[in-house]
Amino acid sequence: MNNTKKISGSEAVVKCLIAEGIEIIYGYPGGAIMPVYDELYKYEDQIHHVLTRHEQGATHSAQGFARISGKVGVAIATSGPGATNLVTGLADAQIDSTPMVCITGQVSSNLLGSDAFQETDIVGISTPVTKWNHQVTKASDIPKVLAKAFYIAKSGRPGPVLIDITKDAQFELLDFNYKKVTGIRSYKPIPKLDTTSLDLAADLINKSIKPMIVWGQGVILAEAENEFKKFVEKTGIPAAWTIMGVSAIPTSHPLNVGMVGMHGNYAPNMLTNECDLLIAIGMRFDDRVTGNLDKYAKQAKIIHFEIDPAEIDKNVKVDVSVLGDAKESLSKILPLLKTRTHNSWLVKFKELYDIEYDSVIKDDLFPTKDGLTMGEVLKEINTYTKGNAAIVSDVGQHQMIACRYANFNKSRSNITSGGLGTMGFALPAAIGAKMACPEREVVAVIGDGGFQMTIQELGTIFQSKVPVKIVVLNNSFLGMVRQWQQLFFEKRYASTEMVNPDFTAIAKGYYIKSKKVSKREELSSAVEEMINSKDSFFLEVVVEKEANVFPMIQSGASVSEIRLK
Amino acid sequence: MEKEIKTFTVSIYTENNIGLLNRISAIFQRRHINIESLNSSVSEIEGVYRFTILINVTETQIKKIIGQIDKQIEVIKAYYHNEDDTVYQESCLFKIKSSLLFDDRQIQNIIKDSNARIVTVNKQFFVIEKSGRRKEIDSLYDKLNEYGIMQFVRSGAIAITKEPMNISEILSEFKN
Repeated sequence: MNNTKKISGSEAVVKCLIAEGIEIIYGYPGGAIMPVYDELYKYEDQIHHVLTRHEQGATHSAQGFARISGKVGVAIATSGPGATNLVTGLADAQIDSTPMVCITGQVSSNLLGSDAFQETDIVGISTPVTKWNHQVTKASDIPKVLAKAFYIAKSGRPGPVLIDITKDAQFELLDFNYKKVTGIRSYKPIPKLDTTSLDLAADLINKSIKPMIVWGQGVILAEAENEFKKFVEKTGIPAAWTIMGVSAIPTSHPLNVGMVGMHGNYAPNMLTNECDLLIAIGMRFDDRVTGNLDKYAKQAKIIHFEIDPAEIDKNVKVDVSVLGDAKESLSKILPLLKTRTHNSWLVKFKELYDIEYDSVIKDDLFPTKDGLTMGEVLKEINTYTKGNAAIVSDVGQHQMIACRYANFNKSRSNITSGGLGTMGFALPAAIGAKMACPEREVVAVIGDGGFQMTIQELGTIFQSKVPVKIVVLNNSFLGMVRQWQQLFFEKRYASTEMVNPDFTAIAKGYYIKSKKVSKREELSSAVEEMINSKDSFFLEVVVEKEANVFPMIQSGASVSEIRLK
Repeated sequence: MEKEIKTFTVSIYTENNIGLLNRISAIFQRRHINIESLNSSVSEIEGVYRFTILINVTETQIKKIIGQIDKQIEVIKAYYHNEDDTVYQESCLFKIKSSLLFDDRQIQNIIKDSNARIVTVNKQFFVIEKSGRRKEIDSLYDKLNEYGIMQFVRSGAIAITKEPMNISEILSEFKN
């Protein structure tokens, strides 16, 4: 039984990763993590370490990896600045429930608290933005702490975990024996499903006249896409999505009625305040989704399918909460539901869609004016990817356009920084996504502002030969902030105009094929060339400088006060 | 009713873990809520710790806060209670000049009437200990303050709930 032999703490770290089935990790070396890197060198046939150009890039790559695959993403960094550079990625993963384990080196335990070189209290710093974190000072703790880290990151509502390992613990020897964690007594990842709540929910659903579903990422995280599709089809209820939930069912599904929220579609936002039953599934009523809470779905009964008890009644008081894993809840409620259709109610969605089409969508996708629109770029991407690509975006105008217009055939295809709204997320996240699913087309759609926040990751794409496609929608502005300045600050464009470099020259500097387009007649063939490229490809599209994203729910306004222009 | 600010006692059963206090206090800090008092100790179960925190918030707020605390990995269970649901006590110490004890007999009556206790006496000073509710301690403070207090310290409140806590059940559920 006892087949252990003494190995170093740093070798134990690598063996733990292998035991967890980790094949790719992202990181950046430095003093306090060097022992682990030395072991990574020895084990490079089993674990592929991707050298990013910044630790933030490592976290976003790990996130992209996790978001597309559902597996835990791993990022690794040294102490001090290496560790603090992880914070944005941790916060992003925390708010978007992304499973990620970050490992940081730390100064030797005898130096802790002495302001040693590159010492920083990363456990203290990362506490509010991690699901769990822990500092290891003894090599013998490494296997059990890392096993716990992976279990916590992946189970229940997923999230980021940070493990800080002192340098002496990396050198110290231990008897290595890895046991996966299957439970922690103080942690209940999935609440027990309550059948009474299922009955109550089923009753409300069966009786409803104008029901509407809003689903979020919970459906994807629970791998409940099939159950969800059956639920939607059996009940015949129009279903709208949050940007974190989109792609759980194909965009083309007849009961998909579009996106809710600030720049969502007209119909689901308007009809949120008209439905008699709102069924929220795996979503958390974010303020960007609800607008003014005092005027949000007040007329409707609300059912909330949710895994995290702390989300119940957090923002919106609900009538029935169904706590549990969405896959289980949806499959258990299915037999209790009547097979129904809601044709006249669906017509309302169609009517409002037509209004939105005439005043917004038509001009976005088929513009007649000179300047290129972001929407027509997405339309071209749809054409050449046939909706099979994963679209990766940052935050802002390009993100809203990408989420609104991208077609998705497959789940886990919209990888965007939803809750945190992180500029610079997309480029490194696309790297992780492409490496996790090399067979899939991965297209990063980025604004000119966000692109420059992690532009150095072009180096990672070049060095690691990651064939991602990069589209920069360049309007020479921080577009969303500019839009707000135009609408609410009387066009005082404070620090939003960007004088940009020659992006294609930069891409060329990294030996990445590139193209710049500023005329409509060049767009289609450029997108085609990009998608057909076997290698990574950079496409800059110069779009209209001062275009706005509509529809829009102003801050403080109700969802039904959504404006079309 | 739910908008009314009341004093709540938060009881948190936890695993002993370095950094957990930071994690819990961050939940209050983030919502700009002042912690009135905080105490951490062992509990009736071996290896399980218990935090007692007093805060003034609305019932809506406390429910959300408990949800956030409860979901922390090393928190076994978090509860909140009204003042009526708990038996709670604070403890305090006063340091007072010894001469007052002999020069002014009235101070001895104050100590006796308030059920306080003299812990130690020497030539320079004596120390009084008093346990009780916040009001009783405040009243003793006011009385002694007239004579001059050299030092004063008050502990965080500790509270026992009238209703049973089912921590052992929660822990045994895990084993099954």
